Amino acid sequence: MSIDKQDVLKIAHLARLALNEEDAVQYQHSLSSVLSLVEQMQSVNTDGVEPLSNPLEMTQRLREDVVTESNRREEFLANAPQTEAGLFLVPKVID
Amino acid sequence: MFEQSISILAQKLRNKDFSSVELTRTFLDRIAKLDPQLNSYISISEDLALKQAKAADELLANGQGSSLTGIPVAHKDLFCTQGTLTTCGSKMLHNFVPPYESTVTQRIKEAGAVMLGKTNMDEFAMGSSNENSFYGAVKNPWNLDTVPGGSSGGSAAVVAAGLAVAATGTDTGGSIRQPASFCGITGLKPTYGRVSRFGMIAFASSLDQGGPMAKSAEDCAHLLQTMAGFDEKDSTSSETETEDYLTNLNTPLTGLKIGLPKEYFGDGLDSQVAETIMTAVKEFEKLGATVKEISLPNLQLSIPSYYVIAPSEASSNLSRFDGVRFGHRCEDPKDLLDMYMRTRAEGFGGEVQKRIMVGTYALSEGYYDAYYLKAQKIRRLIKNDFVAALSEVDVIMGPVAPTTAFAIGSKTDDPVAMYLEDIYTLSVNLAGIPAMSIPAGFVGDMPVGLQIMGNYFAEAKLLNVAHQFQQHTDWHLQTPTMAKGA
Repeated sequence: MSIDKQDVLKIAHLARLALNEEDAVQYQHSLSSVLSLVEQMQSVNTDGVEPLSNPLEMTQRLREDVVTESNRREEFLANAPQTEAGLFLVPKVID
Repeated sequence: MFEQSISILAQKLRNKDFSSVELTRTFLDRIAKLDPQLNSYISISEDLALKQAKAADELLANGQGSSLTGIPVAHKDLFCTQGTLTTCGSKMLHNFVPPYESTVTQRIKEAGAVMLGKTNMDEFAMGSSNENSFYGAVKNPWNLDTVPGGSSGGSAAVVAAGLAVAATGTDTGGSIRQPASFCGITGLKPTYGRVSRFGMIAFASSLDQGGPMAKSAEDCAHLLQTMAGFDEKDSTSSETETEDYLTNLNTPLTGLKIGLPKEYFGDGLDSQVAETIMTAVKEFEKLGATVKEISLPNLQLSIPSYYVIAPSEASSNLSRFDGVRFGHRCEDPKDLLDMYMRTRAEGFGGEVQKRIMVGTYALSEGYYDAYYLKAQKIRRLIKNDFVAALSEVDVIMGPVAPTTAFAIGSKTDDPVAMYLEDIYTLSVNLAGIPAMSIPAGFVGDMPVGLQIMGNYFAEAKLLNVAHQFQQHTDWHLQTPTMAKGA
């Protein structure tokens, strides 16, 4: 299994990772090796096998719909790169 | 003082042979002298540690406290600690001071333990050598030219070098057991859901599990006693009752049925490691256990299954690092997309970016069935192998890793060679069962770990089996030469 540089750039875009040309060539090689490694799965017959997503096969536990958290706005904003008027600040989205 | 067990330290603290402040000071001095050689801590919380030690001494003076009260421990820098820098080994979180505390560290704090600092690790727990840390590689205390293993390499190194009495680690594909093996300490990965994941920075949510790393099974039992149990803040936390991990440590092993999977002793296993493991197994026979060969036929498939499931879950979990709410943000973003793309390219190291991309590919339109779904079906086959084997035997034993600790830099060029190192550990996480690594001997000067795997929620049994071995051997009491230098 090998992928080309265009595939790498497409995946990187989906993953929101800015790659330069040099990075893309390097990841083309390393992603291809990993994908070849995982390719051996395809030779296994898994007809009728149910996928396993939780090793204990638990179902989602639900809780009462009540407020359990207090307002800690200032503490949560303290880690943000940029804030203004109690809000997270990001580059302009709408002109 | 630094080589003693939790039980003995707890007794001496109560006898007033020394105070927790004195004990803590001893460890802080050792860290200052020895850690520059190891790079095992990312941050040291000296002021907090001394404050906690003073509070512990007051509790003890009033006849209160638990066996962990006043005991200096270290936490992997993946557990969020309120008010204390938590980096997860990444540049992305170089400035992250969590506004909340993980359940594991909260429980250990409430038990009165002293936090010395946060230990180094592979970035976002992705790695088997600790070479993927933004804060530099950790050195193995047994040989400074070799790796301590990963991803909980810092935690393993601090315990081995006597820079903490015990430490916490996390294990997604072997990240407690393999460094425990490489550094000659005892580590336990509990059953999935046994220890709360709340406040653990997520890597692969269906595989991640926190656990204790210490010098002995008995010390691990003390820690697990505090760490384990239901937590409503973790939606995958198990409501199964916890056992008392200390009371059954001394149960004799007469009649214990041990299974040796033939797939764990095939090609690729270093012959001297194999010999060391077999010598350890013979010791169990002397203690009254019986041994039989078993088979885990799908073992080889654990590598491809894991390297689809773990990166897929990581790709999803790590999407939260977007430069908006916490962590790194690139300079002068021209728009939102540019901010996301550059922030993530600058904040994540190469291995993390690679795994995010593998996961993104596996989950992308048109590939989901062939990769993620297929990997989950194989995951069930692997689980079924363990369920079948554990209906015939009480515990499964084998090596933790194919070799002892390898040289720093020796595997960094080949992206797949490092993944193959994990062959004996990955399947345990896929199945969700508990497993330990305990010191079983040496090849040359380097420690070898024996892996003991058990049934779901059989942590007390594993600790009992490990403790009995440690009552009759002294591999776990060996100290690396560098640790004796202070």
